[in-house]
Amino acid sequence: MNAELENLYRELILEHSRYPRNYGRLSEPTHQAEGYNPLCGDQVYLTLQVKGDTLTDIRFEGQSCAICKASASVMTHLVKGQPLAQIEQLYEAFHELLTSENPPPLSHTLPLYQDYLMAFAAVRNYPMRVKCATLPWHTLHAALHEKHHEPVSTENL
Amino acid sequence: MTPTALIEKARRLREDFPILARTHPSGRPLIYFDNAATAQKPRVVIERLASFLAHENANIHRGVHWLSQEATHLYEKARETIQHFIGAASPEEIVFVRGATEGINLIAQGLRRSYFQPGDEIILSTLEHHANIVPWQIVAEELPLCLRPLPLTPEGAIDISALPDFISPKTRLIAISHTSNALGTRTAIEEIVALAKTYEIPVLLDACQSVVHEPIDVQKLPVDFLVFSGHKLYGPTGIGVVYMRALWGRKLPPYQGGGDMILRVSWEKTRYAPPPAKFEAGTPAIAEAIGLSTAIQYLTEVVGYDFIQAYEAYLTDVAESILKSIPGLTLYGTARPKSPIWSFGLEGVHPHDLGTFLDSWGIAIRVGHHCAQPLMDALGVPATARLSLAFYNLPEELQILGQALQAAHDFFHKPISSLSHER
Repeated sequence: MNAELENLYRELILEHSRYPRNYGRLSEPTHQAEGYNPLCGDQVYLTLQVKGDTLTDIRFEGQSCAICKASASVMTHLVKGQPLAQIEQLYEAFHELLTSENPPPLSHTLPLYQDYLMAFAAVRNYPMRVKCATLPWHTLHAALHEKHHEPVSTENL
Repeated sequence: MTPTALIEKARRLREDFPILARTHPSGRPLIYFDNAATAQKPRVVIERLASFLAHENANIHRGVHWLSQEATHLYEKARETIQHFIGAASPEEIVFVRGATEGINLIAQGLRRSYFQPGDEIILSTLEHHANIVPWQIVAEELPLCLRPLPLTPEGAIDISALPDFISPKTRLIAISHTSNALGTRTAIEEIVALAKTYEIPVLLDACQSVVHEPIDVQKLPVDFLVFSGHKLYGPTGIGVVYMRALWGRKLPPYQGGGDMILRVSWEKTRYAPPPAKFEAGTPAIAEAIGLSTAIQYLTEVVGYDFIQAYEAYLTDVAESILKSIPGLTLYGTARPKSPIWSFGLEGVHPHDLGTFLDSWGIAIRVGHHCAQPLMDALGVPATARLSLAFYNLPEELQILGQALQAAHDFFHKPISSLSHER
């Protein structure tokens, strides 16, 4: 087996894609958004429960590849119960990690998340797959910022 | 020819395609199985493009100098090559466009301005490529028109038995694929054309995939319009063909306005050139048109459709026995006849993950919706993996695909050793 591929599909990613956390739909969400990647058909639907400054609950569902599903599962796992400001920081860190030319080291304020986020670092080497990993995070960002009149498309970002 | 002789000829023909000698960054040989997206180019086409640009380049039709006359001659000879290739009655019936997509848009816009009336109906099919859906939707919204897609059989062919019920007094066009780009299934177009003739409904045939695998003669298959793209036919990108029967060439208004499509321009009244110039505004893709004619000569004279059909039938048997041996693999579109194109799914593996996995083996396939989302909806899947073969593919490449698919199945189904992260 090719090492690069092993690195891309780390066990954490395979495991989360096969046994996704927080899969489903909240019955009375305060926020929701749909994300769609028209190039490959990845689809993510998020429902959120926000109380005050905290994201108290989140669920996702949709049809997507292993990278996207694992990313959504890991994301929901990380952001559930977190203050919105912290989530914003995570969103930016993940986005930087995958898309900036020289990603800065993960902020020292996010040590707990290091393993989870870094599991996706190898996606950088597969430009066609970066959007698979970032789609759930963009969708979350849109849901929290009320930009959910139209499905979030990876092509308008 | 025996299978051995067929394979030997394929091996010789492979030598004509320089790109097939490339290796994947991992060092594995390139296995190119994305031929329905675009075919690779033989050396004669590459060299023809280069030699035109190096020695013969000039703009066509207007120059009085010898170089322009030479280029014009080559461009119009290319048109004649295509005329003979599909059996058109005259070169005036051949219009050069950028590709089949532009071709269908040209026809749709032309019919909108000269033929369709509000309330008219167009019969399409469920398996059409977006290029044979969206141009009609654009026109349909404006007029409006009603688009009626023919259903599919469970085996993934267009259900011809539904056609009589779809035809109404308002049916003004049948626009349909000859061969499905996603499934490879071939439409019983002869029956459609025969029925359309009795009702005097014009037929547009999207021959993008079919012309690669079978010869087409518009005298034997009397469609009104036919389109195909050069790059799928071993020719350059940026060049495609619209065939339109002479009466339509006279009837349809110009697609775009500009130079080369006029007889006389004045502020009071501009008169258009006769077809095909009427539809070819501006400087066309001259080198590419000539390159396409070289590709067609190569295909018909060096390769030959007899060989293509015999060898692809052999490869089809090899491919299907391999695909059917993979656990959890589902084939979509098993109807016969078909071209060597297969859509499939692997249980528990999303097509995009499969595409990335196969790429690491040096195998290039296409994954996604194949620009046929209504078909994906009908199949009930978001995407498929697609294997599409050309006459330069070899049985041992299919064997490697088989090993890679088995490995992908095992990789994505391997037990997770440690559920280290709480559920």
